[in-house]
Amino acid sequence: MATTKRTVEVELSTPGLDHQGRPVRTPIVVDESGAPVTMPTLPPMEPDIGGEHMLLNLGPQHPATHGVLRLVLELDGETVVRCIPHIGYLHCGFEKIGEYRQYNQIIPWTDREDYLNSIGNNCAFALGAERLFGIEITERCKVLRVIAMELSRMMSHIVWLGTTCVDLGAFTPFLWLFQERENIYNLLEGWVGARLTTSATRVGGMIADVPNGWVEGVRNFVRAFPRTIDETEVMLTRNAIWVGRTVGLGAMTADEAINYGLSGPMLRASGVDYDVRKDFPYLDYETYDFDVPVGTHGDVYDRYLVRVEEMRQSVRIIQQALDRLPEGPVNVDDPRVILPPKHKATSEMESMIHHFKVVMEGPRPPIGECYVPVESPKGEKGYYMVSDGTSKPVRWRIRPPSFVNLSAIPKMVEGHLLSDVIVINASIDIVMGEIDR
Amino acid sequence: MTAPNIVRAGELAPGAAPVTPYGIPHRDGAMNPSVDALRERFGGAIGRHAVVWGETTVYVDPARALDVVRWLHDDPTQRYDYLVDVTAVEYRDLDTPIEVVWHLRSLPFRRFLRLKAELPRDAELAVPSVVPVYRSADWLERECYDMFGIRFTGHPDLRRILMWETYREGFPLRKDFPLRGRFSRSEQLHQALAAHPENRYSMEELSIADAFQELPADMRERLGGERTGE
Repeated sequence: MATTKRTVEVELSTPGLDHQGRPVRTPIVVDESGAPVTMPTLPPMEPDIGGEHMLLNLGPQHPATHGVLRLVLELDGETVVRCIPHIGYLHCGFEKIGEYRQYNQIIPWTDREDYLNSIGNNCAFALGAERLFGIEITERCKVLRVIAMELSRMMSHIVWLGTTCVDLGAFTPFLWLFQERENIYNLLEGWVGARLTTSATRVGGMIADVPNGWVEGVRNFVRAFPRTIDETEVMLTRNAIWVGRTVGLGAMTADEAINYGLSGPMLRASGVDYDVRKDFPYLDYETYDFDVPVGTHGDVYDRYLVRVEEMRQSVRIIQQALDRLPEGPVNVDDPRVILPPKHKATSEMESMIHHFKVVMEGPRPPIGECYVPVESPKGEKGYYMVSDGTSKPVRWRIRPPSFVNLSAIPKMVEGHLLSDVIVINASIDIVMGEIDR
Repeated sequence: MTAPNIVRAGELAPGAAPVTPYGIPHRDGAMNPSVDALRERFGGAIGRHAVVWGETTVYVDPARALDVVRWLHDDPTQRYDYLVDVTAVEYRDLDTPIEVVWHLRSLPFRRFLRLKAELPRDAELAVPSVVPVYRSADWLERECYDMFGIRFTGHPDLRRILMWETYREGFPLRKDFPLRGRFSRSEQLHQALAAHPENRYSMEELSIADAFQELPADMRERLGGERTGE
């Protein structure tokens, strides 16, 4: 039987019945006398595919690619010879839209890029815009933003760990962790009214002060959450399957990681102790006592350890922030960006004009540009904004950490097995909304 | 199986521990010392510089950009080992040249430097690629090409990244590109529904599979057409 290079033809015949009435899948051939003739069967061997490589299209509709990522893999047997990523399926042109929006109107778009870290993006964008306006925010606002950013870091790492567990076949930690995520969402809902798309900040402050009892709610959460981390670690850290499927995969050395532009836990797992909160602090992060976990091997297992430890450090930061949360106003006293109180806007002419001008014309920053990086859960996220003195930015650029981290995936997966591609891809912690923007 | 090391980042690096900056002046803040070193080393290739909101911007000659970046990366007194971002800025004022922006960071010295190259609109928009120095520039430059149409000469694989490879409507982040796209919503939907899924494989991938020759002639022609983009 002839086999071509690309296809192996298997003769499938119509099912029939043999002479005893049993169903068969081989053609029934009878000789002249009518007796059935046994046909020679195919030899029990695998087809010779020689050195042929196979092209496998993984995604964009594959649940284990964590979004609409498409990887075209060239396989030699089960080994990945080459990996060509394709992105852009979620491209919405956030940066283009931002050029047609006032600064406060851009904040809802920052929710939607890295939607697992929405309140952290809100704070990051507000920090950048405040640098551009030359505004110094109030002490209470700083501490509230620190709490918000660390909550969102925990939230993002929870999703990462839960979904990675599911990728590797462990379902229980996923349920435990997502229950904690639900608790954080309930806290956010009590504060800003939304769970996922928070839009919590404004240039110069927050949408609202925290409600009564919210601080106690966060206290209860950070008291209970380390227990969940401990339970998850009992399940995973010394689990033979987990260790066997993560150790040694996708390893990047420190020099490679820096040259490939990795950031966040990906970079720190490779042994580089770079953390924006320590090296270029913002929101007074240098006054909080927290540690930066750093891995040694740069493989998937080290990334897991680093992220779990970061969740514990976030708990520490939140505890300190809650202890020091000062009284006072949340919004800065700057009529350029902050609206007058609603009761004044509806009763006084001057306040109404003020309200109208801030909403309709928008605040105008001076001519200039700034790049303000923050340590997002995925890595270094920065907003680069260029102002020409009008109320809308000339250029609003998102420095997407997942995008740069994902660009190293061919380097990480080539030479590994196909099943390891799923693990390595999960360890990058990608959010396609941020990659495609 | 060891737990990760706990390192206080910042205590290992030289210099005092950094603090959150306050009271940053709009203009004339402290200048990055690398500017003087660049002027001494490259002279005429370095244009003006500006300090805005505490960040130093240096304008470089587009033709010498790769040399400048390579020197900043390799020189032991500079050590800008981390490329943060590559992007471009087009101003609303159409007389202002388009700027290519490199954000460089020195992890050992905790410095941040913004390099800019001005590209006049009447000439071809092209700058040297910095992929030979920083691997992270690969996708960032592809995105910049995709969105602005700036050619990064020497890039190993300069093709569209966010838009599809056969996209021919222009460069979305340019100011002359309308916010809602070139066509009406119904026309865009029609085009999307009429598109051939095979177009989403690139030539390179089909050549891996040895399948290109087996495609119908019209599809081969469509895939093997001229370069996309303009």
